[in-house]
Amino acid sequence: MTLDSKIPAGPLDKKWTSYKNTAKLVNPANKRKFDIIIVGSGLAGAAAAATLAEQGYKVKCFCYQDSPRRAHSIAAQGGINAAKNYQNDGDSVYRLFYDTIKGGDFRSREANVHRLAEVSNLIIDQCVAQGVPFAREYGGLLDNRSFGGAQVSRTFYARGQTGQQLLLGTYSALSHQIALGNVEMFPKSEMMDLVVVDGHAKGIVVRDMTNGEISSHAGDAVLLCTGGYGNVFYLSTNARGCNVTATYRAFKRGALFANPCYTQIHPTCIPVSGDYQSKLTLMSESLRNDGRVWVPKKKEDCAKEPKDIPEDARDYYLERKYPSFGNLAPRDISSRSAKEVCDEGRGVGPGGLGVYLDFADAIKRLGKHVIEERYGNLFEMYHNITDENAYERPMRIYPAVHYTMGGLWVDYHLMSNIPGLHVLGEANFSDHGANRLGASALMQGLADGYFVIPYTLGEYMASQFGKKVNPDARPFVQAVEDVKARVEKLLAINGTRTVDSFHRELGKIMWDKCGMARDKQGLEEALRKIPKLREEFWKNLKILGSPDGINMELERAGRVADFLEFGELMCMDALSRNESCGGHFRTEFQTPEGEALRNDSEYDYVAAWKYEGEGNAPTLVKEPLVYEEVKLSTRSYK
Amino acid sequence: MKFYLEVWRQNGPDRAGKLEQYEANEIPAEASFLEMLDIVNEDLAKKGIEPIQFDSDCREGICGNCSLTINGVPHGIGRGTTCQLYMRKFRDGQIITIEPFRADAFPLERDLVVNRAAYDRIMQAGGFVSERAGSAPDANSVPIPKVVADQAMDAAACIGCGACAAACPNGSAMLFVSAKVTHLGLLPQGKPENDRRVLNMVRQMDAEGFGNCSNYYACEAVCPAGIPASVIAHMNRGFAFASIKESIGVTV
Repeated sequence: MTLDSKIPAGPLDKKWTSYKNTAKLVNPANKRKFDIIIVGSGLAGAAAAATLAEQGYKVKCFCYQDSPRRAHSIAAQGGINAAKNYQNDGDSVYRLFYDTIKGGDFRSREANVHRLAEVSNLIIDQCVAQGVPFAREYGGLLDNRSFGGAQVSRTFYARGQTGQQLLLGTYSALSHQIALGNVEMFPKSEMMDLVVVDGHAKGIVVRDMTNGEISSHAGDAVLLCTGGYGNVFYLSTNARGCNVTATYRAFKRGALFANPCYTQIHPTCIPVSGDYQSKLTLMSESLRNDGRVWVPKKKEDCAKEPKDIPEDARDYYLERKYPSFGNLAPRDISSRSAKEVCDEGRGVGPGGLGVYLDFADAIKRLGKHVIEERYGNLFEMYHNITDENAYERPMRIYPAVHYTMGGLWVDYHLMSNIPGLHVLGEANFSDHGANRLGASALMQGLADGYFVIPYTLGEYMASQFGKKVNPDARPFVQAVEDVKARVEKLLAINGTRTVDSFHRELGKIMWDKCGMARDKQGLEEALRKIPKLREEFWKNLKILGSPDGINMELERAGRVADFLEFGELMCMDALSRNESCGGHFRTEFQTPEGEALRNDSEYDYVAAWKYEGEGNAPTLVKEPLVYEEVKLSTRSYK
Repeated sequence: MKFYLEVWRQNGPDRAGKLEQYEANEIPAEASFLEMLDIVNEDLAKKGIEPIQFDSDCREGICGNCSLTINGVPHGIGRGTTCQLYMRKFRDGQIITIEPFRADAFPLERDLVVNRAAYDRIMQAGGFVSERAGSAPDANSVPIPKVVADQAMDAAACIGCGACAAACPNGSAMLFVSAKVTHLGLLPQGKPENDRRVLNMVRQMDAEGFGNCSNYYACEAVCPAGIPASVIAHMNRGFAFASIKESIGVTV
């Protein structure tokens, strides 16, 4: 099997323009005849639903939340990048493109990333027109701030709630189209399967989470905008409901899953405090501007109060290892270093999984009021959660799973290898390579939804005139029966263990063996353990209640069942990539200084995995990454 | 810590419900309120009792999905969402009553889960700027004074949780509706539709069965996003002017 990325010919900076000039169009009268199914109502899904409806398509949008306004895009804090160069500080489309490619450790597609940088400016215009209240300067113009991985200030923000405000913008546009009758919204509806008819994606099966009804919906194209799979680790900064089911079901129907091992671990989160914990909370990375990261030099000191540990008994390990970047070392490196010291038994706090982020020096240097001004809300949040006062006692932080760069394989049109199945936002793989830069997730979700799919969808739709499928055709009936059987099977196990106990155990395996640092031995161990856990799951799971009506344990069980298969795929991908790049760090492949050691001659490809049936190992299909514009180089932070 | 819970159980919208008593044992003080319920649910499941159904998602205070009335107060003591309430705020051995958000316009679905789709329908009635992707001018072409942008942001921070209506003795959604009317109404992009927006949203609110405002300000006291009750005055003014215009036949 070969993959055609359908990248337009011509120079990099002309590809998108020339594509748009020649892309197939569907006239307004014909758009009305097409039903587009969109799964997910986050930035990508809601933006696509609203925009395609504005164009005249008939849209059905599904989400598992009780309202599209609650999609997890809402939790993004920092901001959204765009190459506006309002600061006159040398920014350009090319620089945003280059920073994103480099940030991704040269494992993303040039043409996709360049297009992302090109449309970034339109996104800001669109959001302002919708009434998104971005931060402004006194003169009334938009304000920017700087973010990691860039030397310019290109990040637009709305206090610490940028994701919320952008999502509410897409939600308002979506609400408008719902009111006009162009979008039919299905909240509390979870996608359980993809329906493929004659090789084309033509529908989905959903479970109504309120009454348990399982039904199929037919359409002329299907768009998955279902976010990432960080919850395979159980604990992450994702919402409780985030899951892999939609994309994994599509994978089992033949869509290729690309780079599943690329996950981003964010270095500054509030540490785990016990087994009961359900969720990890992010603390803005900006804290590292003034905080110093340390752990005790000796294990014996870990239980002591930090104030009783003298200066010379402390190990400021980031400053020691990366003298030039110090506490501002990039996300992946900071995260890995924290894990190393904790693995050595020098971690602090419950379970020894934490490091100190100390503001004592900054408070001495600048005064408490300055620190309060800069980070007051974060200190308050930390206090609320931990009951500790970070002005007096150093914060405890630890890395946590935050974002997944991998996702379903898509071509330049955002279409997967299954004709008709399009994948947008975090659910696809294409733009962030092996590591995502801060403030780029919001940019990608909105780019895909507002400004890419509205142009590229026509390419497929123009080939579908007169090809409506019968919604009662065999594949629909069969898919509904399969889903019903699976739900019944889950309820019939009647064992002794709860869903969460399986999820926690899977999460621990993934975190230990396929987390911040991976090696062959550990991955092989995980590949032995996961199938055993899965086997136990199907023998010993206990779910009470009925399938007809609200049953949250049943909902979670379906998702965990898929995570139990997907985790294995992640480990396989991590095992097959014998190099380190971005968020994928294989301890066998590092420079003598402990940096990620890429192997461009052998691994400069997209690893796309193809499902080969129950009980068979998936096969690897490679899409070589061709760099026409950028010269590959090694990132250094010493 | 140990707690004695009284939890509203109701096996469906048309069934009778009642408070059931459960013990919450060995709860870490660091656990959030929802994590305490997770622990109780694990215990119940082991005993063969169906777990308590309650909504939550982001668990960091922004999605607005969690919706518990704790000891009579939507989201419980302190200002914040249910998910941001920690057990150390309670006394060891305390009796805690947990009920759903109650308002006529939020029909109960099961246990602690209510249907808040009325808020979505109010938004569909006018909570938007009618613009089209691709039609926007440059983002800096219309300067907006910082104070105006900040006021709009204060109102836009609403998370749509429904605590305002649940706290209001009249079951009014005025704080929710006026937050959106104020957010968009203050900005130049929203102004062209101000009159029809306020009329349509208020009418939809009435149609959904929410009550009117009689200045208790219970909404402001429980709002986890800190929306000030002054937005209600802002909306009332807009509504009055729009109504007059409409009554004398000026197109709105």
